[in-house]
Amino acid sequence: MKSKQSIPYMVPYVLWIVLFVILPLLLMLIQSLQDIHQQWTLANYANFFRSGTYLKMTFNSIFYAFLVTVITLSISYPMAYGLSRVKNSQFWLLLVILPTWVNLLLKAYAFIGLLSQTGTVNQFLGFIGIGPQQLLFTDTSFILVASYIELPFMILPIFNSLVEVNPSLPNAARDLGATPWQTLRRVIFPLTLGGVRAGVQAVFIPTLSLFMLTRLIGGNRVITLGTAIEEHFLITQNWGMGSTIGIILVVAMGITMYVTRDRKKRGKR
Amino acid sequence: MKKQSLLMKFYLIVVFLLMYLPIFYLILFAFNRGDYMTSFTGFSLRHFATMFADTRLMGILLNTFIIALLSSLVATLVGTFGALGIYLLKRRNLQNVFLGLNNILMVSPDVIIGASFLILFTMAGLALGFGSVLIAHIAFSIPIVVLLVLPKLNEMDSALIRAAQDLGARPYQVLSYVILPYIWTGIMAGFFMTITYSLDDFAVTFFVTGNGFTTLSVEIYARARQGIDLSINALSALMFLVSLVLVIIYYFIANHKQKGSGKHKRATVNQQLGGGVQ
Amino acid sequence: MKRIFWFMGVILAVVGLLFGVKVGLDWQSSQQKSAARMTKNQDQTLTIFNWGDYIDPTLIHEFEQKTGYHVDYETFDSNEAMFTKIEQGGTRYDLAIPSDYMIQKMRAANLLEPLDYHELKDLQEYDPELMNQPFDPGNRYSLPYFWGTLGIVYNDQDVAADELKTWNDLWNPKWNQSVMLYDSARDVMGVGLASNDDDINSTNMSELLAAKGRLDALMPNVKAIVGDEIKMYMVQNEAKIAVDFSGDAQQMLAQNSHLHYVLPQGRGNMWFDNMVIPKTVRNKKAAYAFINFLADPTHAAKNAEYTGYSTPNVGAKQLLPAVVKNNPDFYPSQQTLKKLTVYQDLGLDWTTTYNDLYLEFKMNNHR
Repeated sequence: MKSKQSIPYMVPYVLWIVLFVILPLLLMLIQSLQDIHQQWTLANYANFFRSGTYLKMTFNSIFYAFLVTVITLSISYPMAYGLSRVKNSQFWLLLVILPTWVNLLLKAYAFIGLLSQTGTVNQFLGFIGIGPQQLLFTDTSFILVASYIELPFMILPIFNSLVEVNPSLPNAARDLGATPWQTLRRVIFPLTLGGVRAGVQAVFIPTLSLFMLTRLIGGNRVITLGTAIEEHFLITQNWGMGSTIGIILVVAMGITMYVTRDRKKRGKR
Repeated sequence: MKKQSLLMKFYLIVVFLLMYLPIFYLILFAFNRGDYMTSFTGFSLRHFATMFADTRLMGILLNTFIIALLSSLVATLVGTFGALGIYLLKRRNLQNVFLGLNNILMVSPDVIIGASFLILFTMAGLALGFGSVLIAHIAFSIPIVVLLVLPKLNEMDSALIRAAQDLGARPYQVLSYVILPYIWTGIMAGFFMTITYSLDDFAVTFFVTGNGFTTLSVEIYARARQGIDLSINALSALMFLVSLVLVIIYYFIANHKQKGSGKHKRATVNQQLGGGVQ
Repeated sequence: MKRIFWFMGVILAVVGLLFGVKVGLDWQSSQQKSAARMTKNQDQTLTIFNWGDYIDPTLIHEFEQKTGYHVDYETFDSNEAMFTKIEQGGTRYDLAIPSDYMIQKMRAANLLEPLDYHELKDLQEYDPELMNQPFDPGNRYSLPYFWGTLGIVYNDQDVAADELKTWNDLWNPKWNQSVMLYDSARDVMGVGLASNDDDINSTNMSELLAAKGRLDALMPNVKAIVGDEIKMYMVQNEAKIAVDFSGDAQQMLAQNSHLHYVLPQGRGNMWFDNMVIPKTVRNKKAAYAFINFLADPTHAAKNAEYTGYSTPNVGAKQLLPAVVKNNPDFYPSQQTLKKLTVYQDLGLDWTTTYNDLYLEFKMNNHR
């Protein structure tokens, strides 16, 4: 089959790329350069970079995403490592995946009940004598729930990369006298960096846009880039400003992808 | 060594408990006789009765499944032929351009997809509702299918195609008798993956829906903003059961031939990306 | 290839089946309605477009019994959503109940029918104090349905009655992390403006910035900025204080006896939900019949008792229990009312300014 023949197959697909990948981003860029009266302006960008509030919010939102990424990574690596070493690991993996099939909103909703002043966690805290604490509507609760939701997305790629490690390599290290810790740090971890990188990407970027959590769990006391975009588009109806934040988020995303790219593999291709 | 693995098992069990606690908590209170998620006052099925009697909720449930099935079907068709097209492209760098464009929607945060589609639909004068939600779901599902089908194609021995051509098969026959059967598991995996993704989507739908059309996620959000309503818990019990069934079906298909890789959209995508921009 | 067609067929069949079930479900839920519609022709139907849970359902039944009209009751959950639906057309709403500033906007967009006063009865029942408001001078297009104020709900387990008398009392450091705000740009900005003794419809940038600065100072006291779930949280003692509307307050008070509502002294907001006849009207006669039905004090009183909102109907107010009608927080004196202001539609630019300032207030939230 020659490449000429590929053209008819690709018509709907190419149409899709033009209409739903290139065009929307282009429209967003155009929108970001317009004010509420559809006049061309750079005021939105000026507003973003000049107003300390937007910059501070952006910084905070990146910081939250960073914390969520670090927390999930530190829980996930040992988890994935353990999973790759137990019997029936495919079955256990299924148990990791199952929660990702439960609707995100339902999970957030469960935490409203768990964390409220009279909720189960506070009942427990009262029971063991600590007394009820303010849990809901804090940045801690937002980070907790976001980490909970993102956890499986970190475990999966790390697990996959651990499974792909050739078992003869750690065995060889051990034969050469390396302690288990040295083997993990010097042999296994470098070999699974690809999985870690994939996990970081799978967690960091989506965390920036969890606006429903900032609303339901954070009580609007936590505002991320995603919340600001949603507010501007659906509530304040200032699409220009919303698009500006959107374009900045896209750029930030590009930088994240670039920083975490796989340098070795790039050379090979 | 023994002690260490015991510690490991303990750790696994603790993390699993933490992962499932909120879900079981939600399901437990579906059977509560009382109206709050704070104290369990006795066993009752009345919240299930309320849920099934709620025709609005049942209608929304049906909407959600109709959108998921239809969008996945269309996305699977377009995506499969897109993957085929990319596979057949001769020039390597052109292939990479397509893959890069394909991955834009995969790595974009949901709010960006939602907001940019909202601009698109508004400019096109499309009324927000069933149609806009369906189109949006098709659009974000296509790259998932491409990413699941393409590795199957690459894995295929190109000698198979040449042999078929040498034996006088026309392009249609090559496609129908050689390629499609070979990549069938990839297509099915793509189909189920997009269904679950569509069922789970909140942010994109939230942006592009309107005129009273609602899917399950949007409805749960709206109800959660009204306060606790235990028929949502009953619904979550039901949905958990549905996901369990879907997971099992998906596993039968995925584990049939391909092992280990490509279990979830985000993980899959990042594996395909190899962790970098193409 | 055959497999693909087969597969597509199966999926489409399933979709068709689901669709069939859905149509069946819709049919089932509208069965009673359509049964009623079968016997009566279209002229006998009245379509009301109102907020959810904002009328005593037995009143609708009573109206149907009395007049023979069949009522289709449809609901919306924001003024903006209602506006879009009526503006788009293709709907047949005979009677709608938007809020003050939205009536001004609808009037400007030419979406309202002027009221024919020859068709209206019992006009003397409407409290003259609540008529002739700036959003509809001379009540040419609308008549009040319910009205109320923006105030403060507190829990008497944590707050003494004399600790919250003015908006400024919210800034008391004692209420660190204790105040819930209702998530709405105009209302929260309004609190900021009112606490500076400025007009809540201000279009003076320095006043607005001052109000925003004032709100930033309130942030340490703010526990959360939430929507309708504010009612659930207050009932469950999650927060000590909430800034909310009198109507929401009544519903909370009914569920938790520790809660109380105060209307802060000084400036503040007074709101109206008025009945209007939109351009989409098909059955004007039925719309007037319903307006007249609600003007009857016994009906208006029944509605007020069910919803808990303040009625504009003088006769109806007299029929309410003494504790309700003599409560100055829900039925303030004329003197108090004089200080309150109704929101005006400020046009696109100022609305955006309010929204942007409010969003900046929400973003600037670091403890």
